[in-house]
Amino acid sequence: MRIIKITTPLNDDVVKSLRVGDKVEINGVIYTARDAAHKRFIDAINKGEKLPFDPKGQIIYYVGPTPPRPGMIIGSAGPTSSYRMDVFLEPLLKLGLKGTIGKGYRSQAAIDAMVKYGAVYFVAVGGAGALISKRIKKAEIIAYEDLGTEAVNKLEVESFPVIVANDTLGNDIFKLGVQRYSRVKY
Amino acid sequence: MRIINVKDIEEAVSKVCMEINYNLREGMEKIIEEVLQKEESESGKEVLRQILENIAIARDEKIPACQDTGVCIAYVELGQDVRIEGGFLYDAINKGVANGYVKGYLRKSVVRDPFNRINTKDNTPAMIHVELIPGDKLRIKLMAKGAGSENMCKLAMLTPADGLEGVKRFVIDTVKEGGINACPPLIIGVGIGGTFDMVGWLAKKALFRGMNVRNKDEFYAKLELELIKEINDLGIGPMGFGGRVTALDVRIEVAPCHIASLPVAVNFECHAHRVGEIIL
Ligand code: SF4
Repeated sequence: MRIIKITTPLNDDVVKSLRVGDKVEINGVIYTARDAAHKRFIDAINKGEKLPFDPKGQIIYYVGPTPPRPGMIIGSAGPTSSYRMDVFLEPLLKLGLKGTIGKGYRSQAAIDAMVKYGAVYFVAVGGAGALISKRIKKAEIIAYEDLGTEAVNKLEVESFPVIVANDTLGNDIFKLGVQRYSRVKY
Repeated sequence: MRIINVKDIEEAVSKVCMEINYNLREGMEKIIEEVLQKEESESGKEVLRQILENIAIARDEKIPACQDTGVCIAYVELGQDVRIEGGFLYDAINKGVANGYVKGYLRKSVVRDPFNRINTKDNTPAMIHVELIPGDKLRIKLMAKGAGSENMCKLAMLTPADGLEGVKRFVIDTVKEGGINACPPLIIGVGIGGTFDMVGWLAKKALFRGMNVRNKDEFYAKLELELIKEINDLGIGPMGFGGRVTALDVRIEVAPCHIASLPVAVNFECHAHRVGEIIL
């Protein structure tokens, strides 16, 4: 398995070099958003308003962390299921978003949009929230504080562990994985 | 008649809510270590190694193993010779849950109403199921149940003609369809029989059973083993990346049913299996 270190913001060459199954360690800034925040992003885009951050070259992490203990940077912070954000993906890719992090598979429409705009989808291990919290070095709420655990956070991460699940060629780890290991006909 | 004060229930529930979120159910670590030896896929092994590291960090630093600390399911077995004193049993459980989730820095993931979706801010109410048992003990089993796995569950009202094959097909198809999003490797609870309302509860109840404790009836014990094999043959693997390890366990619970019915339900539980027990 290849291990690749990348730093945000991402340029097209880096994004295009990533392949399904690559183990990637992300460094730099990433932004958190899940269902409710995405709805507000899209409302803002439709109204021609600015987003809380410029998505160009950036990565969005689908996460709703637990509250931190006093003195801690962030609580448990593993990924949530990505399929719920599929409908919100394309408008953000259009603005230059280069990657998303979550768990589980994406719709064909979302995969096609990633091919069209040259973006990737990373999977972090669902249920590994304690481990992932250790790779987050700074967390700051930058928008929608009223959403509680769903507020938009700017995170600074170091060696944030993910695996490439969809690459810019339209490959899908979930289809390829099952094809390789299944002992029955699908 | 034995008297149990609600204060004792409240305190115990609060403690267990915190405990199970930092410390996965006993035996989970060992099982993940065992399946890591069986896994062939590189990505699958990487996932299992991260799960093991996560279990250790959560336990040592009291960080919730998973950020989805779930809705709390309380399976209460109440001895009929017990008298609860000082308040209402349901209130005591909910107070315990509220305390545990607030003081334990756990995520509050419950909304009051399916449509207004206002957070109750203390993770109550718990989903409480009470069953009467003989004797003078009160047993409360608690599960912190995440939505990722719960959202992939399914129920079907099959016909008697569908038979065993129909039930097996339904279970396998449900895993094929939703297993990836439920954070595999999985524990799969299967309810068979009863009525529409009962079969879902049977599947959930199966998840409370211990790891690799087979159904007491030989027929169903054999069926559990068959399903474990057939599900692992699907090749879904840890996190769905492809691999040998998809089901850690399958547990079946059954009940009598109507001559015209064959209900079946599948309840997924993820590797972040958080279950604890209180005996008063
Ligand atoms: S399915 Fe389980 S392990 Fe995965 S995010 Fe939900 S609670 Fe956590």
